[in-house]
Amino acid sequence: PAAAAAAAAGAGIEKVLVANRGEIACRVMRTARRLGVATVAVYSDADRGALHVRAADEAVRIGPPPARESYLNAKAIIDAAHRTGAQAIHPGYGFLSESADFAQLCEAEGLKFIGPPASAIRDMGDKSASKRIMGAAGVPLVPGYHGAEQDIELLKLEADKIGYPVLIKPTHGGGGKGMRIVQRPDEFVDSVLSAQREAAASFGVNTLLIEKYITQPRHVEVQVFGDQHGNVIYLYERDCSLQRRHQKIIEEAPAPNVTAEFRSHIGGAAVSAAKAVGYYNAGTVEFIVDTLSGEFYFMEMNTRLQVEHPVTEMIVGQDLVEWQIRVANGERLPLSQEQVPLNGHAFEARIYAENVPRGFLPATGTLHHYRPVPSAPTVRVETGVEEGDTVSMHYDPMIAKLVVWGESRSAALVKLKNCLSNFQIAGLPTNVGFLQELASHSAFEKGIVDTHFIERYKDDLLSTSTKASGESDGVAELGAILAAACICKKDHMTSKESIRADKTLSVWYNNMPFRMHHFARQPLELELEEHDGFSEKLLKLFVTYKCDGSYFIETEEGTSGFDVKVDHKGDHDFRVDAAGLQNDVTLAYYSKDNSKHIHVWHGKHHHHYRQTLRAEHVADDSSQPSHASEGKSHPKGSVLAPMAGLVVKVLLEDGAQVEAGQPVMVMEAMKMEHVVKAPRAGYVEGLKVTAGQQVFDSSVLFTIKDNSAN
Amino acid sequence: AAAYSSSAAAAAHGDVAPASASVLPDTLDRGSDAYARNAAAVAGLLADLRARVSQVLRGGGPEAVRRNASRGKLLPRDRIDRLLDPGASFLELSQLAGSDVYEEALPSAGIITGIGPVHGRLCMFVANDPTTKGGTYYPLTVKKHLRAQEIASECKLPCIYLVDSGGANLPRQAEVFPDRDNFGRIFYNQAKMSSDGIPQIALVLGSCTAGGAYIPAMADESVIVKGNGTIFLAGPPLVKAATGEEISAEDLGGASVHCKVSGVSDHFAQDELHGLEMGRNIVKNLHLAAKGTSIQSSACDYQEPLYDVEELRSIAPADLKQSFDIRSVIARIVDGSEFDEFKKLYGTTLVTGFARICGQPVGIIGNNGILFTESALKGSHFIELCTQRHIPLIFLQNITGFMVGSKSEASGIAKAGAKMVMAVSCAKVPKITIIVGGSFGAGNYGMCGRAYSPSFLFLWPTARISVMGGVQAAGVLAQIEKNNKKRQGVEWTKDDEEAFKAKVTEAYDREGSPYYATARLWDDGVIDPADTRRILSLCLSAAAKPVPEDTKYGVFRM
Repeated sequence: PAAAAAAAAGAGIEKVLVANRGEIACRVMRTARRLGVATVAVYSDADRGALHVRAADEAVRIGPPPARESYLNAKAIIDAAHRTGAQAIHPGYGFLSESADFAQLCEAEGLKFIGPPASAIRDMGDKSASKRIMGAAGVPLVPGYHGAEQDIELLKLEADKIGYPVLIKPTHGGGGKGMRIVQRPDEFVDSVLSAQREAAASFGVNTLLIEKYITQPRHVEVQVFGDQHGNVIYLYERDCSLQRRHQKIIEEAPAPNVTAEFRSHIGGAAVSAAKAVGYYNAGTVEFIVDTLSGEFYFMEMNTRLQVEHPVTEMIVGQDLVEWQIRVANGERLPLSQEQVPLNGHAFEARIYAENVPRGFLPATGTLHHYRPVPSAPTVRVETGVEEGDTVSMHYDPMIAKLVVWGESRSAALVKLKNCLSNFQIAGLPTNVGFLQELASHSAFEKGIVDTHFIERYKDDLLSTSTKASGESDGVAELGAILAAACICKKDHMTSKESIRADKTLSVWYNNMPFRMHHFARQPLELELEEHDGFSEKLLKLFVTYKCDGSYFIETEEGTSGFDVKVDHKGDHDFRVDAAGLQNDVTLAYYSKDNSKHIHVWHGKHHHHYRQTLRAEHVADDSSQPSHASEGKSHPKGSVLAPMAGLVVKVLLEDGAQVEAGQPVMVMEAMKMEHVVKAPRAGYVEGLKVTAGQQVFDSSVLFTIKDNSAN
Repeated sequence: AAAYSSSAAAAAHGDVAPASASVLPDTLDRGSDAYARNAAAVAGLLADLRARVSQVLRGGGPEAVRRNASRGKLLPRDRIDRLLDPGASFLELSQLAGSDVYEEALPSAGIITGIGPVHGRLCMFVANDPTTKGGTYYPLTVKKHLRAQEIASECKLPCIYLVDSGGANLPRQAEVFPDRDNFGRIFYNQAKMSSDGIPQIALVLGSCTAGGAYIPAMADESVIVKGNGTIFLAGPPLVKAATGEEISAEDLGGASVHCKVSGVSDHFAQDELHGLEMGRNIVKNLHLAAKGTSIQSSACDYQEPLYDVEELRSIAPADLKQSFDIRSVIARIVDGSEFDEFKKLYGTTLVTGFARICGQPVGIIGNNGILFTESALKGSHFIELCTQRHIPLIFLQNITGFMVGSKSEASGIAKAGAKMVMAVSCAKVPKITIIVGGSFGAGNYGMCGRAYSPSFLFLWPTARISVMGGVQAAGVLAQIEKNNKKRQGVEWTKDDEEAFKAKVTEAYDREGSPYYATARLWDDGVIDPADTRRILSLCLSAAAKPVPEDTKYGVFRM
């Protein structure tokens, strides 16, 4: 292997294996193809037909769906590289990208690891070690006292040095136990004493550390790049403050409302950090910025290409994957620090399959209709899925990254909002509507961001269904009217198509359906789904077919009604004239769970309606409830799985007594753990799931029965 | 909603220059008094027509409609709408049948019939209206049901029976039960059609009692709706009286019994909409092999008429004494207003020629005055041409009769008229008759009146039908009465005579009215003149025969 490695070092990479899936695998392969580098994909059984597999020149199966048996299976991936003759492995992000062992294994096997040296990964992977190294290299750290001396007077002195507010934390333990935020010096002693007591009681050790408490932190990170010749430069910063569940959802570059001076300071600090661990290839140094003081402090370094790297690419006009490959080939950085351009502004919005109202829980399902906005020089859509694909419970539920660029922040924001309203997904719950709310929030428009943003403005952002219901009712009703018109048009065309073989029948399908001395009139019932099933509203419409092929549509409320004219533009697209106002409308429908789902996009609105279908086949007249009604008729006290996922831990046994709010089991989907609690006091019944079992969304996990009923 | 106005004439009007010699010229004098008079008169007739129709569309009254809805049942027309292909047309027949015939109102004779496509296959719908006298069969209900079956049988249309009926109307059993064309004929027709391979499908959406039980029982395939649908020869009260057995309607003849135990029904529907969906599915699964390649499938792209079809409302003669050129009607119903006239210069009171309607070739015979010997000969000749070529015939009736008098009789007009009757009777091509004005005496026969079994026959609101005109009849009858009185030596004053004549004329007027005719099913409905082209196109499509039949004539008296 050593000889092979030496031989490979001389020549450039001709074939690369991408040890990842989804959009990042597709994105890496796209650059590789442009450079003439052949590509190899790896896939689990769940991804046999996935886009990243089809995008690659060759693809190798590496195991069953669970990631630890496939995308985290280092040996299978190395074997796949050998089998296909790939000389290098690009790890993408996540999975094995920050595994020092894997990087080392690659080198040992004579494969180039397209990333930093294993030593740098290791150094930065250890949080306390990395802080020590950074402190020594002069990179600013959050001011604090980490000493062994615990004399209360000394601690007070240290706190005064740091400046209030300060955070007191036990050195051992976690979960917030014994943590205290101290606003003023006169509260300090009492806080220390109570923290010590709590720490001792909880962890048996009462030593504390003190750090500056940052009340309004921003998350700003710097893209760095190094080559194997000791050069490191920074490619400016990104602001990633908009987070939910500690995951970023909108990122931008450059950071808004910062000075050029700050930019070069933080960039310089990032370069120092990278140099301190002998870094090369792409990396990101994360800082926490105190928006009150303007100070920034080192948090950690991500030793990989990040999800949000495209925003940096957009403002510097470079392809960072190309840089990664060139650096891995031993080339020097293509630009010096002074040559790095900074043009305009870019945003990235991460589009996830998730249940926003259920606390952003990951969702699964099929992309029955998937139409991302078209790509353009200023609009990038990074996606690893296509219409008809499934977002499964096995992997990250990200559907796409929408990246836009504009000359200025406000220009880019206009584009972002426009693209989000044209980003069409139907079949599973997504966060697109939430991203639209976020992008339209006045504080965000001003660039006033910090990591508590979503929490702080939760009410504004999540209240689409409740706020100004009068207004949104009107829009939803208009949506229903447009949907009804398009459905009638589409159904009529489908009927007409179906008899093409028999032309003598075509007169029965002429524009206006003939009725003797009256107009054909069709009732249509649409259930408005707000927030994917969280609230429902039944809209009753009546469509009257008029002589000229247009429709007159009334709502049940008996308002005056609309004259609606529909032109079919092809496929799902219509141009609709409703009471003189013309609009482009897209209609998608599919059947799922005994319902017909209808999605309509018009203007910046997207509405989802449902029509209950009749059971196709019913065996007899048994009083069994139909499948559709089942979902809503669970017995009282039933606890449903909040998402599809894996049961990690079952904390109680069947029949156990519980208090209201007591944890019963822990579930996990992707990176998130979710504790399933007893909704009320009683005893647990029907608890059959065990740790390691997969459960489906909304399946019954157990029931809490009243004790009195016993 | 907007007021009803008819038809979708998409073509530009007036400004199109005639492309060929066959294009009929625009001869309409839109500025004339007659035009304005007719327009006003016909507008009045149409308003009356629509008022009558909107009355029957409401079914058997608000209370009955409300009760029907409370059982999860739709009205019969809504049921049909749910069965039809989305956005497809429905040709309803004899909407105004049963009006003002019985003491009680019987909207649409208690049964809705008509033709429309399901999964691209034309079907005949026969739907009881449970809001009208419980869907029971009056004599005219039976007649309307049988007429629908007659059309279905002739046009080979699968029949869908939407059953919701209490069976024969008991107080009128003598007029409903025993005769040949009475209730029993319904099942006879089902059996015969089924044996001819015409699918018979029953959807039991309500009760199906006594004789009515045979509709699903005789069907090839049937659906029954849980809760609402029941089939039994005798309902619970009769069962209790007869045997003492006490049982609920559902247990006696509900969906469960008939799908699981008796096998009287085949498909179990959870509710009405489910049942209707199943009905669509049954049609979807009919095998279409028999349909074959249709006749001259040249129906493809066609031009709308050059002139506004709505102008037919101003052409229709409000006063039958007024004459008008039937070509102005033809110009507004045929493709591109193109009409190739046959024997244009001979027997000019009958207009004959070839044209197309929505791509379908047709032969048109229209009256342009009294029939003379020559016109009758020309008509017979033209009918022979069309049967030879398998071209459907369209009769536009506006006829006071054959010419009378010595000259006519000497010319053998009876013989000439008989030739035309022979030709019309034997012609085996689809025949569609539209009575646009008068339809009197033997003119009605030669021009394919009801007795000559046209595939379809419709009336304009301007139509009048009787053996002769009211005035003429009054004159004849007064002459006879006068002679009687004279024989009896009774004095008959001028006033007596006028009163007598007025009475006769009044009776002829009443009985000659299109509503009197349509109430009794002498036709398939009264139509808006502006809908004529649309309706003809639908009828032609429905009547198109997969395999053309050859015509064989009897002996023509030469």
